[in-house]
Amino acid sequence: MKKNVFALVSSIAVLGTALAGCGGGQPAAAPPAGGTTPAPSQPATPAAEKKPQVLKMNLHSEPPTADPGLAEDTTSGAIILATFDGLTRIGTDDKPHEAAAESYTVSDDKLTYTFKIRDAKWSNGDPVTAHDFEYAWKRALDPKTASNYAYQLYYVKNGEKANKGEAKLDEVGVKALDDKTLEVKLENPTPYFLELLAFRTYFPVNKKVIEANPKWAGEASSHVGNGPFKIESWEHKSKMVLVKNENYWDKDNVKLEKIEFSMVEDENTELSMFENGEIDWAGAPMSALPTDAISALKEQGKIQTKPIAGTYWYKFNTEKPPFNNIKVRKAFAYSIDRQALIDNILQTGQIPATGAVPPSMVLNPNGYFKDKDLENAKKLLEEGLKEVGMSKLPPITLSYNTSEAHKKIAEAIQDQWKKNLGVDVKLENKEWKVYLEDMHEGNFQIGRMGWLGDFNDPINFLELFKDKMGGNNDTRWENAKYKDLLNQSAKESDLEKRKKILADAEQILMDEMPIMPIYWYTQSWVQKPEVKGVHQTGLGDVDWKGAYIE
Amino acid sequence: MIRYLGKRIIFMLISLFLIVTATFFIMKAVPGGPFTSEKQVPPEIKAALEAKYKLNLPLHEQYFEYLKGVVTWDLGPSFTEKSSTVNDMISRGFPVSAHLGAQALLLAIFGGITLGVIAALNHNKWQDYSAMVIAVLGLSVPSFILASFYQYIFAIQLGWFPIAKWEGFEYTILPSLALAASPMAFIARLTRSNMIEVMGQDYIKTAKAKGLHTVAITVKHAIRNALLPVVTYLGPLIAGILTGAFVIERIFGVPGLGREFVLSITNRDYTVIMGTTVFYSIILVVMILIVDIAYTLVDPRIKLSDAGKE
Repeated sequence: MKKNVFALVSSIAVLGTALAGCGGGQPAAAPPAGGTTPAPSQPATPAAEKKPQVLKMNLHSEPPTADPGLAEDTTSGAIILATFDGLTRIGTDDKPHEAAAESYTVSDDKLTYTFKIRDAKWSNGDPVTAHDFEYAWKRALDPKTASNYAYQLYYVKNGEKANKGEAKLDEVGVKALDDKTLEVKLENPTPYFLELLAFRTYFPVNKKVIEANPKWAGEASSHVGNGPFKIESWEHKSKMVLVKNENYWDKDNVKLEKIEFSMVEDENTELSMFENGEIDWAGAPMSALPTDAISALKEQGKIQTKPIAGTYWYKFNTEKPPFNNIKVRKAFAYSIDRQALIDNILQTGQIPATGAVPPSMVLNPNGYFKDKDLENAKKLLEEGLKEVGMSKLPPITLSYNTSEAHKKIAEAIQDQWKKNLGVDVKLENKEWKVYLEDMHEGNFQIGRMGWLGDFNDPINFLELFKDKMGGNNDTRWENAKYKDLLNQSAKESDLEKRKKILADAEQILMDEMPIMPIYWYTQSWVQKPEVKGVHQTGLGDVDWKGAYIE
Repeated sequence: MIRYLGKRIIFMLISLFLIVTATFFIMKAVPGGPFTSEKQVPPEIKAALEAKYKLNLPLHEQYFEYLKGVVTWDLGPSFTEKSSTVNDMISRGFPVSAHLGAQALLLAIFGGITLGVIAALNHNKWQDYSAMVIAVLGLSVPSFILASFYQYIFAIQLGWFPIAKWEGFEYTILPSLALAASPMAFIARLTRSNMIEVMGQDYIKTAKAKGLHTVAITVKHAIRNALLPVVTYLGPLIAGILTGAFVIERIFGVPGLGREFVLSITNRDYTVIMGTTVFYSIILVVMILIVDIAYTLVDPRIKLSDAGKE
């Protein structure tokens, strides 16, 4: 009897794998079989008329809002970037170019910017004026608006004080001198200010529209923007259609007539829809590719990747032994093999991180330490243990938030620490918000985190560790010299000198290693080859302004 | 009967009140809040956010505010969907979930009862075995596997139906089938076992003895009695299936209410957690009442009274 059951179970298992094999095999086998059909149709296309300029995408989830002052997430961000235009816009060269501003002048002390606003119209026909910018910025800074991203405007004079209720909104350094002239005063010379202007919190909003309807940004009918596209229809959680905005000042360079978004959250479904030809794009930046599909897609050579400004790191709690010791922290950081992790686990071309600041804004291109430096790691661990007066390490727990991807990485690193350092580490996962709260409160030994840049400047990463109790530090690490260097960098208007100061600061961060950088993020996606000109910025944002179908 | 209904409605209101209270306090006890995020905002902004959503009030005041909101059916703004209120989300999502649910329910009830009756009438024959194999598969294969399987076979391989999205009747078929599978299997098994039991009863034998046709016996006498447990099961099933199914909605990209239930908890979107829970509870208690009333229709021996003796 027992034997029979075993036979049954094993035959089912075999059948199951066979079926699974079929499932995996068929799509792989499909291209050669179907390869003949697309081939003849290809020469036919140039003869046919110009392809309809319609891009079909999956937005993954419903954009929570299309209000530039309130948006916090990438989905909203993408829709806002498509439907609004800031004073500047990031071009295909990843640099800011004049957009809603026709031209600008900067004072010698780099503290005052004067923008000349271009003659342009909102999608409802109203003229875009300097007052719209002044209104938008003050609205975002108004504590009553409760904008989560208001801190992006802290570079403007009195922005921070106004947002914290310590100064009046009238004192904020933004003023429309007339309809066409906007004067902006800054707190400090900010070399990346023109780039910041391309961020959504700096976008204008139409005062009349907002005052007439506070819920203007939730429906297609009431939404008004000044960008290359406008929202034609918005069926919540189901689909959204953007069409070219005929009132856009640069409409001649907008080739797409229409972008149709579906909102399907399941990544496997999204990929199936792509493979079935229903959408033109799957994966980043709006969504992600299913992790299980990545190696197959890679083998077929379909997958595309692009580095983005973000670092995946583990944070040490520098107040709890043994990680209150620099050498122990370094030993843990040096002993992992980042390249092997990327090749075997992540598989989408990530870059091993040997510094905190990602390559697009790099301060020291050579890195601050060697990946997989086992000799040093072992020596450092021994010395470190001696310094804290321990003969062996206490139990160590590595925490991460519940997710398949983080789990795989944690398991691989746990294994490397065991092999390379002879250390046993326990893994622990927690639900996302519980995890965040524990990290912010210091209830961890080693914890996973990552940081995606808000703008392309090293300060964005270095500032995280400036204050011991700063909202995003978590490591409880603080260093007087480091702090001092960051303060200096804010006042420095000479770019080269500033870079040197920041590089010195990063050196301190990597010498003390409150964080252990693991890899620099990449985005990966699949797309139809005829889709061209979709610009993905180094920050992971997407701009469809110049996109077209070939 | 009226006295009975009145009493039941009072009990319903009490249960709703208890559900609202328990959910509210459990929700507040869970660590992390709607504004806990990877990129922490300065404390001043957080304070402004909390003031905007009245989270700065003492807990009991928040609770009374909320009770007031439930009574007036003003469930407040969503924390994550900045441009929507919870009322908006429910009135957008519920019709979709209800449409999908109703289709799945019809499939489940008719399919399940048919399978169950066929199996019982052909007890221990091949029809019985095949019906029960279908039922066991329906119960034991998780819906996400079934859903992906349907997508693969019917949408990708055969191209009969669209893979996902929600734009017309043809889009509703695969999700309805996937959603109906497990309740259909359950109903089939329930019907079968009850039918087998009922078919052995004396009055069926009497009916047979007096020469009634098998069809008449089955339809008039047997099914009616065999359905009582099915009716009991229908109450919670209807409430569950109408208010959305997270997994199915996610896989097929259906803009229903099911996702709000699950995602609101991950997001700590307090107002949405409360709103969807209250909404679901209302449907649930109403359905249970309707089921009790339906008993009297199926089985005239049952009388609704609060006397306690029947």
